[in-house]
Amino acid sequence: MSLRIVVTVKYVPDATGDRHFADDLTVDRDDVDGLLSELDEYAVEQALQISENSDDDVEVTVLTVGPEDAKDALRKALSMGADKAIHVEDDDLHGTDAIGTSLVLAKAIEKAGFDLVVSGMASTDGTGGIVPALVAERLGVPQVTLLSEVSVEDGTVKGRRDGDAASEQLEASLPAVVSVTDQSGEARYPSFKGIMAAKKKPVESWDLSDLDIDAEEVGLDGAYTKVEAVAERPARTAGTIVKDEGEGGKQLAEFLASQKFI
Amino acid sequence: MAEVLVYVDHVDGAVRKPTLELLTLARRIGEPVAVALGNGAADTAAALAEHGAVKVLTHEAAEYADYLVVPKVDALQAAYEAVSPAAVLVPSSAEGKEIAARLALRIGSGIVTDAVDLEAGDEGPVATQSVFAASFTTKSRVIKGTPVITVKPNSAAVEAAPAAGAVEALAVSFSDQATGTKVTARTPRESTGRPELTEAAIVVSGGRGVNGAENFSIIEALADQLGAAVGASRAAVDAGWYPHTNQVGQTGKSVSPQLYIANGISGAIQHRAGMQTSKTIVAVNKDPEAPIFDLVDYGVVGDLFDVVPQLTEEIKTRKG
Repeated sequence: MSLRIVVTVKYVPDATGDRHFADDLTVDRDDVDGLLSELDEYAVEQALQISENSDDDVEVTVLTVGPEDAKDALRKALSMGADKAIHVEDDDLHGTDAIGTSLVLAKAIEKAGFDLVVSGMASTDGTGGIVPALVAERLGVPQVTLLSEVSVEDGTVKGRRDGDAASEQLEASLPAVVSVTDQSGEARYPSFKGIMAAKKKPVESWDLSDLDIDAEEVGLDGAYTKVEAVAERPARTAGTIVKDEGEGGKQLAEFLASQKFI
Repeated sequence: MAEVLVYVDHVDGAVRKPTLELLTLARRIGEPVAVALGNGAADTAAALAEHGAVKVLTHEAAEYADYLVVPKVDALQAAYEAVSPAAVLVPSSAEGKEIAARLALRIGSGIVTDAVDLEAGDEGPVATQSVFAASFTTKSRVIKGTPVITVKPNSAAVEAAPAAGAVEALAVSFSDQATGTKVTARTPRESTGRPELTEAAIVVSGGRGVNGAENFSIIEALADQLGAAVGASRAAVDAGWYPHTNQVGQTGKSVSPQLYIANGISGAIQHRAGMQTSKTIVAVNKDPEAPIFDLVDYGVVGDLFDVVPQLTEEIKTRKG
């Protein structure tokens, strides 16, 4: 038996950097350092653990859609231990929204061949968290998302989804799309050996024509949504700061009373 | 007047507050038609009518509880086809976003997630979002198909607006995908008796400075005096001091209460992302350089083990 796992990853602007928008109101990806989205590291980790715990012949492919620099995200995932990588890159992809991204990912996943797709819970820049559900809808396979625990055995994926009202145990037959949360387990650091090995691992590059996608279906022109205005949130006005000299709690109570909270 | 479909989040017929807020926003765009699914669906009608629903479409079936997400997408799609609404509004829970996204894809529409405000516009509803850890706000519009928009809790006031709320049975036939992911067990979360974190008017949070699971009792005591929900920073959750369901921040809940009290939380970007839009922010921290103090309306530099119990006592005294 073989098990083909595709891990979708995103290259995002560093959240600790000065993130902002470009003139066309898309996310500026040039002026801020980018990296593999932290939340996707958990997806890579779980894919590697599934691979390590399996008796099957498992191949882990990492897939990203993004500009030239997005190769850095693939390289990181390869150095963690993924086997190969696919980079979908095309100038016409600039400004693609979640619906369009799910199209590109689904076409690429189909072309690569898959038994299991593993994604992070959301990207750290867009934070929508809807792409895994969209990819499952497009591929017509079960969606087993937001898992804090995941395992694969005998063609079945099982996991625990911790919701607001309840914790649920889920189960689906492969092929399936899974997403994992930051509670699924600490992601490993690439070892020196892993970093060296990653340099020799294959990275395929595909463009839209490789995926039979028309330019009009993606990019800013193909988007289903339009950002009409962007405004920086005004800095909060400086508040009152007091040093506790024995009465700090009472002073705070006085402030809360003045604001009618008590 | 155009109709607006509102997906109802309810627990056995008890409508959750974010759905009532959605009705307030839906009335800015058209006449709300609610869709309630699963056990107790018809019991939602009275509360929905009181807040402006002209119609309540209901459907009960075991599939909604036994399988993940897709049965609800099938039903919402059936309602969409029956009503031909001007927009579809869904509460921005994890599940709500997934349902909304799959619906949007099926009906060839765009989707805006995590809106914090919604206005009628000449070319369709305009949604406000808070992005990049709430350092920017954007205004967006769906430009293809029927707008599908998910809205975060605390984005609008709950308003009484009595309407007919006529209950109608919705005809739903489930797709092949509906039974793809089986829910084999469900453990309901134990109720703490405190308000839901994302819906609470006041949130009291603890972070690294709380220094131990056992010390969270002083955070809880303050929360209970204020009728507040309890939150925790990622550091506190990762240390195992408080459950992940209470985590406020980028990978936890994002909250926007009237009052947020941060105790022993430094205010890293990861945390700010989840609470920066709170109306009034208060912090207690030993470190005068903690970035949380850049956000506060009122801050106390001091030991939370002195300040917080004193605050709790003082509130108790003032309440008499």
